[in-house]
Amino acid sequence: MAKPYIGAPIKRREDIRFITGKGTYADDIKLPGMLHAAILRSPRAHARIRSIDTAQARAIPGVVWIFTLKDIGEMAVPVPMRMYKVPGLERYLQPLLARDKVRYMGEPVAVVVAESRYLAEDALDAIEVEYEDLPEVLELRAAMRNEVLVHEENGTNLAAVHEISIGDAARAFEKADYVRREEFRVHRHTGNPMETRGLVANFDVGKRELTAYGMTKLLHYNRQVIASFLKLPEHNLHFIENDIGGGFGIRGELYPEDFLIPFASMRLGRPVKWIEDRREHLMAANHSREVTCELEIAAKKDGTLLALRARIYGNMGAYVRTHGGLVPCSTAALLPGPYRIPNYQCKVHCVITNKTGMGTYRAPGRYESCFFRERMLDMMAADLEIDPVDLRRKNLIQPEEMPYEIGLTRPGTNPTVLDSGNYPSALNRALKEFDYDKLRPLQGRFENGRYHGIGLAYFVKNTGGLEPYEGARVVLRDGPSVTVYLSINVLGQGHETAMAQICADALGVPMDWISVFHGNTDLVPFGWGTFASRGTVMGGSALHLAAQGLKKKILTIAGDHLGAGPAELDLQEGKIYRKGTEAPALDLGKLVALVRHSTMHNQGQPELEETAYFNSNKMTHSYGVHLAHVAVDPETGMVEILKYMVVEDVGRCINPLLVHGQAVGAAVQGIGGTLLEELVYGENGQLLTTTFRDYVLPSSTDVPAIESVVLEEVPSPLNPLGVKGAGEGGMVGTGAALANAVSYALSSLGVEIKELPLSPDKVRALIRRRSAEQAR
Amino acid sequence: MSSKHTITVTVNGKSYERLVEARVTLADFLRNELDLTGTHLGCEHGVCGACTILLNGEAVRSCSLLAVQADGAELLTVEGLARGAELHPLQQAFQDQHALQCGFCTPGFLMTAYAFLKERPKPTETEVREAISGNLCRCTGYLPIVKAILQAAGKTTT
Ligand code: FES
Ligand code: FES
Repeated sequence: MAKPYIGAPIKRREDIRFITGKGTYADDIKLPGMLHAAILRSPRAHARIRSIDTAQARAIPGVVWIFTLKDIGEMAVPVPMRMYKVPGLERYLQPLLARDKVRYMGEPVAVVVAESRYLAEDALDAIEVEYEDLPEVLELRAAMRNEVLVHEENGTNLAAVHEISIGDAARAFEKADYVRREEFRVHRHTGNPMETRGLVANFDVGKRELTAYGMTKLLHYNRQVIASFLKLPEHNLHFIENDIGGGFGIRGELYPEDFLIPFASMRLGRPVKWIEDRREHLMAANHSREVTCELEIAAKKDGTLLALRARIYGNMGAYVRTHGGLVPCSTAALLPGPYRIPNYQCKVHCVITNKTGMGTYRAPGRYESCFFRERMLDMMAADLEIDPVDLRRKNLIQPEEMPYEIGLTRPGTNPTVLDSGNYPSALNRALKEFDYDKLRPLQGRFENGRYHGIGLAYFVKNTGGLEPYEGARVVLRDGPSVTVYLSINVLGQGHETAMAQICADALGVPMDWISVFHGNTDLVPFGWGTFASRGTVMGGSALHLAAQGLKKKILTIAGDHLGAGPAELDLQEGKIYRKGTEAPALDLGKLVALVRHSTMHNQGQPELEETAYFNSNKMTHSYGVHLAHVAVDPETGMVEILKYMVVEDVGRCINPLLVHGQAVGAAVQGIGGTLLEELVYGENGQLLTTTFRDYVLPSSTDVPAIESVVLEEVPSPLNPLGVKGAGEGGMVGTGAALANAVSYALSSLGVEIKELPLSPDKVRALIRRRSAEQAR
Repeated sequence: MSSKHTITVTVNGKSYERLVEARVTLADFLRNELDLTGTHLGCEHGVCGACTILLNGEAVRSCSLLAVQADGAELLTVEGLARGAELHPLQQAFQDQHALQCGFCTPGFLMTAYAFLKERPKPTETEVREAISGNLCRCTGYLPIVKAILQAAGKTTT
């Protein structure tokens, strides 16, 4: 047997174009006659639009067209929800451009199209909009009072409610030895990929075809929506993703701009490019995470969990975006985590405010719920004087209980079932790798002016059949060579390499024969996309099936030719062998020629290809543990991470280089989100964090040593590869593990973390408040 | 709108003469006028370092300079690092260490590291971290980038 490619740390083939400056990102695309668009955005959080005067702006030479919602006329639709359509949310969708009123700072009001971006921006300055300010509402509690209505016509800011009820929580709480109630909050922050959003739309007037570059993540779905908006048949639209500077949930969802730019191109009959600047990105692209949770826990004296009861509030911003109620609902769905909790009741509230709309950020709902639950468990462990590790061990779902059905947690879908896993084993492994027992005596210790703390968090996260299928087509060609066409897309993860590994093994050809194509709606007619770590689970599985199918075809044809049954043959490293013999029996190049030049083989089809779709509405669940050792300076509130580890069972690891890269990269994002990043609103609903000076991303000097341990103990039974998704595990537990570690560090001061971020000012304020309280 | 000036620059060893508007940034000039799109824009306000290039041997942020300020200068961009098909040791190290994912920040890191290693051919890890602390990467978590630069430093000194 040749050595399998799957599992090998193969260097990425896509790197060459990136390190030589030859990548093609949206802004690198130049088409003849191309115009440039810029978007006029509301500087106000909540105001009525009295008038918009574009006369002066239109007079600027080089300005081609300026349009507002009126110019879109009857075609105008709101940006639709794609998922988590909790009833009620549909009343809060965003119009393509502001209608009568603006509801958040950054809302698109008008579009300028000009001969250059410089000119388009000049024109923005020359447009005069008269606003009449309205009082704004930013915070959940205030919004729930409905004194200021963001959408008056709906009479309420509570857009929707979703309820979960599993078992009988009320009874469990009555009978419990121990109950505790806390309120937790995760702050508003978001993905901020290094490349801002951008697109190029090119309408061919003659053929009535639209080609759009820079569309990503959900090419097929997005194409369908834009086609129906433009009233064109779907197949007249070609969506091409090109290279993408990071996704993280935020990119590739439909935003107003995804309608406006194609619309402009169609109206003008010329290519139009729009590239967002960072300020726009921070105020207009999806924000995420801002969720508050009132959580109650019930247990027996010995720490056996009996019930959870929660009220979750999502600050959805001014409009419900494509993800619908995903962020707060997903938080609710994952709250029980890896534990046996027979009774669970939760009410999710989607609340509208005058902030930017909410969408997903890597590990949406997973990060938040992990923080709420794991924090509460540590508080409970302290109350009951049980070791936090023992408490978790006691309640973890055991391998023999798999698959484990939690119950109905998400709106309108199947019950949540944890597919497979050995949770206790991953915990043991994590403690050992981290040297937890050795570090433990440092817990709470004050040394050289700093308090030490060690925190851990257990997580489980779902992926897979969030949308029902992905497709792949594999073709054996001249050379011989193999081309792979995928319905999924790529946002920088390295699929061109990982997918070639999968195909090489399943088909039995050398990896360097294989070219991988993706991110183009013309290649594979149906598909969804890469998000929530599902790329390899769904797309990889489809590819595996297609390659296996093609192998079967090849062996059948070879068998006919050699006078052997297909079962007597095998294909390895690109050569056909009679089983048990060493010398190749047939060259694949010859086989390709045979099929191409004679109608005798392959049922008369000249092309040796196979297309397969992998269908699944089930979810795989990766799981693992985050561990953090921190030192906190009580004077400054600075949290320094001395050691950080992510242990994750991904079922099966296609390329360890890439999986570790995902884990470390995600952990750093999570650490940044927990310690540094926050989208802050000030007076009058002004977003204060509109540059990278105010919205602080982690840099190389903020990053601790991070160790990533990848486990493959329990492959998923839900797909042929056994994979469980590897894009988000490094992120999920960061908030929880750091909050637990900081709480342990400061336990002698009576500080308990219930809110993120753990920025120095916040930590210092907590310490001060507690000392003041204790002094009283 | 704004006045135009003729400037001459040498980029990656090739000389160009162009008429540019005074307000055009050096980054836009490279990307739009010279079609050297390897230099990226991540923030356009001088923080992310994606636009870093070398101007007369020094690492600068091309988003925060005007093209006219580069008149007469010698520039090096990411496109000028490799010798034909032969990668520069830094580029090779970036691939070896999986120091890039989406690749958008990569040109800026490469150019920053290139200038840094010229000054400090045998840096410590701490020095490397400090040298790149003005460049943002959202994908890799920096650790592999630090390793890659150390690897390249080993190569260039042997
Ligand atoms: S684009 Fe120049 S520093 Fe960010
Ligand atoms: S590799 Fe994506 S931003 Fe650095």
